[in-house]
Amino acid sequence: MQAAFAALSSIVSWFASIVDPMCGPIGVFRLFAQGTLLACGDTGWGDEIAYGFMITTSLAICTLPIGLFLGFFIALAKQSEEKSLRLATNIYTTIFRGLPELLTLFIVYYGLQIVAQRVMLAVGYEGPVEINAFIAGMIALGVVFSAYCSEVLLSAFKAIPRGQYEAGDALGFHRGKTMRLIVLPQLVRIALPGLGNLWMALLKDTALVSVIGLPDILRQTGIAARVTKNAFEFFSIACLLFLILAMLSSMVFSALERWTKRAEVTR
Amino acid sequence: MSHAETMLPALPPPPEALKRYTFSRLLGRALLGVWLAASVGIFLFVVDSWSPEKFAKYGPSFLSGLRVTLTLVAISIVLGGILSLPIAYGRMTKNKVLSWIAYGYVYFFRGTPLITQLFLVYYGLGSFRPYLEAVGLWSLFKDAWFCALFTFTLNTAAYQAEILRGAIESVPRGQHEGAAALGLPKSVAFFKIILPQAMIVALRPYGNEIILMIKGSAIVAIVTVFDLMGETRRAFSRTYDFQMYLWAAVLYMIMVEMLRNLWAWIETRLTRHLKR
Repeated sequence: MQAAFAALSSIVSWFASIVDPMCGPIGVFRLFAQGTLLACGDTGWGDEIAYGFMITTSLAICTLPIGLFLGFFIALAKQSEEKSLRLATNIYTTIFRGLPELLTLFIVYYGLQIVAQRVMLAVGYEGPVEINAFIAGMIALGVVFSAYCSEVLLSAFKAIPRGQYEAGDALGFHRGKTMRLIVLPQLVRIALPGLGNLWMALLKDTALVSVIGLPDILRQTGIAARVTKNAFEFFSIACLLFLILAMLSSMVFSALERWTKRAEVTR
Repeated sequence: MSHAETMLPALPPPPEALKRYTFSRLLGRALLGVWLAASVGIFLFVVDSWSPEKFAKYGPSFLSGLRVTLTLVAISIVLGGILSLPIAYGRMTKNKVLSWIAYGYVYFFRGTPLITQLFLVYYGLGSFRPYLEAVGLWSLFKDAWFCALFTFTLNTAAYQAEILRGAIESVPRGQHEGAAALGLPKSVAFFKIILPQAMIVALRPYGNEIILMIKGSAIVAIVTVFDLMGETRRAFSRTYDFQMYLWAAVLYMIMVEMLRNLWAWIETRLTRHLKR
């Protein structure tokens, strides 16, 4: 079993090194930046920046499902007939939309540390407890994303007429089936532009996690800038990488939008 | 033929049907309980580690941090609003070159994180020190506060230009045509007919932009400006007392909520002629 896992992970990392867009065999830094500050390997900063790029994208991609999942259920709770449920979820969105993302991040990072320390003390372990910056970033950004996401989904839910639910009842579907087969496909179509904006905001917010020490694009380029004293060049590269991410995601989102609207009549 | 001589005595209302204890009710109560427990826990935590000396020592610095945040946001919003006018014009003009420049500007500032832009200005412009010294701007750009103001102004100008453009383009074509049919000159039509309608559309996004700037301004703490967040970090690094962050959270929440309510009030006030 262990051997199988090791083999699998080595295959995955081999594949990733082949398709690595920066320092792979056909990566940009490998092809065009040989002998410059951006070279891959020990002579340049190419591989460090490529690692930061990977951390940034994986943080955003890991946060997205958490935020969507939480946001969906919060949106459902917000339209519940139960007053206490609405109140509880409204408190949640008010708090996390009102706080600066950086502050949320610090509160999660240091707060979790305190909580974890107390728990460990209660268990009997007396040592320094450190929270992983990636996990803290995932929680903080996921919570903020879910708060905004619930608002987007709520307004999308409101755009779906009651008749659609009644149609589900008339067909004898139970509630889950109505949701899955009738409401969700329309919800995705309506909410997609809003979710696209939130994804862009999430991508940009990942840069904040560099402050608590996650080696993402900004931190890696910042280290390179401090060591080489070429701050302008390296921070420009950071901006460029974020722009590339924004462009890639806007392409993906427009493709998604076309895909969700494939059933609509073209006029 | 018969009729009732006496009315039926009034009956007491039927007993109210017991509300079923549904899952959502249970969940709602449980979540409210969680919030209650959290707030009580935080309250106890604050009371537990409360000390008047700390409050006397760091309270005023929090207020000065609040002042720095508010001035920074206010100045950059106003300057950004002025700068956004030519950019919005560039985005709407038929001139290819101008519109591409404006598009590139907006794309850059909306596509990259504010913190990266701030680092680019604060650390990056140091590479151009000789040139900046030659034109006499270095004394400005070595100041973190000015760099933050500069970055925020450029950034919010891009967002505000998009808000303005979207609002102006949301005014229906018929309004332009109506003005033309009345023989109004273009400039009068723009200022008296198009712009007032556009500003109502733009009101809410402008409010959101101010809120975003207040929240975004927290990052200046990283480049050593002592705004609310900076003061919080300084106080935390000296006391290791977690409640500093909670105080900052409360202050930020108050700012944002006040602004949100003020904006909702302004909006209902300005759109009362549209109510039917």
